[in-house]
Amino acid sequence: MKNLIIATVVASFSVGAAGAETIRLGTEGAYPPYNFINDAGEIDGYERELGDAICAAAKLECIWVKNDWDSIIPNLVSGNYDAIIAGMSITAERDEVIDFTQEYFPPDPSGYMGMAGAKVDLKGGIIAAQVNTIQAAYVAESGATLVEFATPDETIAAVKNGEADAVLADLAYLDQFVKESNGTLAFVGEVSIGGGVGMGVRESDTALKNTFDMAITSLKADGTVTKLIAKWFDGRVANY
Amino acid sequence: MCSDPSSLEGLNWLWCYLTTAKHMKFYLSFGTVILLLVSTVPFIVMFGFLGALARRAPFAPLRWFGLAYTSMVRGVPDIAFFLFVPIALDQFVELVRHKVKCPDVLEPIYQGNDFVVCTAAKMPLSASPQWLHQAWGLTLAITAFAIVFGAFAANIIHGALMAVPKNQLETAKAYGLTDSQTFWRIHMPQMWVYALPGLSNLWQILVKASPLLFLLGIEEIVYWARELGGTKPSVFTYPHGDWRMWYFLALLVFYLILTWGSQKAFEWLENRLAKGTSTVQGRAA
Repeated sequence: MKNLIIATVVASFSVGAAGAETIRLGTEGAYPPYNFINDAGEIDGYERELGDAICAAAKLECIWVKNDWDSIIPNLVSGNYDAIIAGMSITAERDEVIDFTQEYFPPDPSGYMGMAGAKVDLKGGIIAAQVNTIQAAYVAESGATLVEFATPDETIAAVKNGEADAVLADLAYLDQFVKESNGTLAFVGEVSIGGGVGMGVRESDTALKNTFDMAITSLKADGTVTKLIAKWFDGRVANY
Repeated sequence: MCSDPSSLEGLNWLWCYLTTAKHMKFYLSFGTVILLLVSTVPFIVMFGFLGALARRAPFAPLRWFGLAYTSMVRGVPDIAFFLFVPIALDQFVELVRHKVKCPDVLEPIYQGNDFVVCTAAKMPLSASPQWLHQAWGLTLAITAFAIVFGAFAANIIHGALMAVPKNQLETAKAYGLTDSQTFWRIHMPQMWVYALPGLSNLWQILVKASPLLFLLGIEEIVYWARELGGTKPSVFTYPHGDWRMWYFLALLVFYLILTWGSQKAFEWLENRLAKGTSTVQGRAA
């Protein structure tokens, strides 16, 4: 009997410590195919599937939370959610404020997208980028005039309505717009900036970082990551 | 019919598109806005009253507090307050809960950039359903709105209390009413006539300020209009171009109807309250 009680107590403790732990994942929900709100009103995309797989591998209960890109880091450090999984490149500047897990998407060059046939001065023209992105930082340094927007979608609209000469963003994001534009949009340049994409966690949350790292390692090993990248990024081959 | 959207055309496509679960969230968010407006008003009037009473208080520090509240809030841009109050209030609540619920946690709450409270002190708890998180967000927003608009209401009510003709109050006194009887039976009922034009103006400003919710991360109509209107590549079930203009046009119509309707309602109320008073409307009636 006594043993039974002890066993129950131990079990309930371990459940409290790990099994029932609820982790809130913050994402932007506006960056297809990484993450977006599908027509059923739910968060969908590569990171949704991968995030669910990571949580399953790490035996965590995960809840998805939408947050504007602009405030996605401040709201992580103030504790509104526990991790960022939003197509965020691992950079030294961000690493000073938050911690990153290992990458789950390889470094992707950034592309300049403009109207097809137009001559764009990449070093002196007007270039659109999303606020607080590596691309925005790059454009600001490049000598071109930077126009920033809160959402990725608005950067595309700015090119289409002539407000900007081109937009600089991840190739994987722009690719779908070029392909579906019936030849009206085209890539006008390419540049390699930023590292791979990883999950962001609070610097004080080393335990969670390690848990995620272990889960990502196992998903890379069993081919899940490669499979999901091929599924969401048009058959793209990743070497994990 | 809507099971295979790629085969749909024309009006059928549009019908299925406009009835997606995502659009339902958009339609529901109009309710969020109305809910915010309706639930904020009592607090605004309450804050306004307390502010106005504080400014008339015989006790000097209370008077200074009332004056400080109205001048300070009215002197700071709304947007700064809307960004400050919810964050400050949220962290304050979690700080207090942390002290109460986890007194034995010794790690500091502020660790570098991080604000870390124990799991039990989270507000709401991490494990709580998402609607509870949204409700808490809305509560913070309502508080911010009430504080800001309450300051304006306090000024309006303060002015209205002073606008009631003095001889009304003197007559009440001559009839032997006590101070509190005079206030509740003579002063207050007549005050409304003078306060209403200002309060109706405040209501219109409140209606127009409701998109500020969007800044606080609440998914209201502006959020959904922007999200639904943006260009949708073929990864979505219903791909389309940049339709933001049409969605924002719908918002424009919604707000015009709302403000026009409330204008009518206030006109009716003003006329009704003015009956028998010594104001222009009162005389005409």
